Amino acid sequence: MKKRNNQGVLQLMRKNWQSYALMTPFLILFSIFTIIPVLIAIVLSFTQFNIFTMPEFVGWDNYVRMILDDDVFLIAIKNTFIFAVVTGPISFILCFFFAWIINDYPKPIRSFLTVLFYAPVLSGQVYTIWKFVFSADAYGLLNGFLMKFGFINEPIGWFNDADYVLPLCIFVQLWLSFGTGFLTFIAGLQGVDGGLYEAGYIDGISNRFQEMWYITLPCMKSQLLFAAIMQIVSSFSVSAVPEALAGFPSVSYSAETIVTHIKDYGNVRYEMGYACALATTLFLFMVVTKSLITKVLNRVGR
Amino acid sequence: MTKIKKLFKLSSLTSRSSKHFSRSVGGNIAITVVVLLMASVLALPLLYAIVSAFKPMEEIFIFPPRFMVQNPTLDNFQDLGKYISDLWVPFPRYLFNSVIITTVSTVGNILICSACAYPLALHKFPGREAIFQIVVVALMFVGQVTFLPRYLVMAKLGMIDTWFALILPDMATSLGVFLMKQFMEQLPMSIIEAARIDGYNELKIYWHIVMPNVKPAWLTLVIFSFQGIWNDTSVSTMVFTESLRTLPTALSQVSGGGIARVGASSAAALILMTPPILLFIFAQNRVVETMAFAAIKE
Repeated sequence: MKKRNNQGVLQLMRKNWQSYALMTPFLILFSIFTIIPVLIAIVLSFTQFNIFTMPEFVGWDNYVRMILDDDVFLIAIKNTFIFAVVTGPISFILCFFFAWIINDYPKPIRSFLTVLFYAPVLSGQVYTIWKFVFSADAYGLLNGFLMKFGFINEPIGWFNDADYVLPLCIFVQLWLSFGTGFLTFIAGLQGVDGGLYEAGYIDGISNRFQEMWYITLPCMKSQLLFAAIMQIVSSFSVSAVPEALAGFPSVSYSAETIVTHIKDYGNVRYEMGYACALATTLFLFMVVTKSLITKVLNRVGR
Repeated sequence: MTKIKKLFKLSSLTSRSSKHFSRSVGGNIAITVVVLLMASVLALPLLYAIVSAFKPMEEIFIFPPRFMVQNPTLDNFQDLGKYISDLWVPFPRYLFNSVIITTVSTVGNILICSACAYPLALHKFPGREAIFQIVVVALMFVGQVTFLPRYLVMAKLGMIDTWFALILPDMATSLGVFLMKQFMEQLPMSIIEAARIDGYNELKIYWHIVMPNVKPAWLTLVIFSFQGIWNDTSVSTMVFTESLRTLPTALSQVSGGGIARVGASSAAALILMTPPILLFIFAQNRVVETMAFAAIKE
């Protein structure tokens, strides 16, 4: 009985050979550059490996070292969580809130605002301009302004001062909030069936916020999940902004994140086993966060 | 064949009107103020970058600093050329590398991802669900988080410091397959059945029927792909030869040089930001049409 079943599957596969053929280029490249790397990271995380000699199995040593012997990792993980907890939800809510507002404007204004809000993300490295806004000398825009109006007498070091680095990086990361998720919301809001709003009105919905909570949000649940995944990626992989603004490594590691820590051990020190353990930890955090968010989003509109 | 194409057209989502609660006058003013505030927080730094690109040196070193430029100049663009020529390779070479890499990867990404998305969206075969589930989970495993093990795999394959390292990884993105598949699911099976009866094989259907009908989706993918690859500085860890470097990696070295470089670095930012923004303005409506299907059901 089971054998016949297997034969059926094989026959179906043979019948659909063209489908598999079309997918082959993707599946090959996707395996090489995404799936195999993820699996390799997990395997190598249990070894000591410097690229030049064979990996040597060390069990849980790398993970123990992370927690007990690596003070900078504790900073990195703390910072990554601060980024995830602060920028993640705030960016997500900002994206939805402004998409919701912008959606009510007539088409030309809506299009203009969409381009404007998406522009910081779209224009790539333009965030390096913040380095000059928060420049450490009196020629920097913010220092100059504060000194002119007498708030401070001496220029503040901003990105050279461990107290300011993290909040400033968070601020710039928030400035980069309006990305793929924002576009998804803009699109999703336009797809909500107008008839539902009328039905809601008859059912006694009495203001715009009720309308958003009971009609708009439940209609957009699956877009919310997609946008949340995009947000998880950008919040957990923060590294470009602190690297460009605060330097690598940043002053007393004040802006170290898990990703910059991986770069430090992988690309600089060539301790690949340990770096892979760091990467595996990051993957785990992302997957767990995703399943938590899925649970939270299931409560939307109840 | 053109008949089949004409018979079918995706309905546009963009022109739906709905009855909403209208805001009070006070509410309208408050909302407009909030939008204007947010818009200026987002736009002012961009504007600052643009005007700084035209600031002469003496305006950069004045106290108190001024936001706007008084006597615009093109000196910064010349300086930028000077700084870059200090990097051993002439400026046009970086531009050439960036254009080639971005074009080839973007085109490859669209062809490869949509070829995979078509069967996932419209065929039934063993393993379909499993493959799509993996693609959805992999939406999180982008280059920014897998760069290290990816580097190890590429080193093993001898790709480091070659064109392959710059072009191939960006060709197979799960975001590409995901967006294309979600959009293609809207196509009616009937046009595909009709083409099969006409004796088309699946490759021909993919190319002549599916692709022309999912134009908004691949235009969207062009934007995302172009923007990601054009701005990518992470390739600096994959190549060491200066003549293989791209424009953003060369320009990030310029902006690393302190406040004396604010002019040149703004000029660089201006050069980099123009193409993606223009492309987005051009394709915006298509993007919005596509992203409406960017939904994950649990």
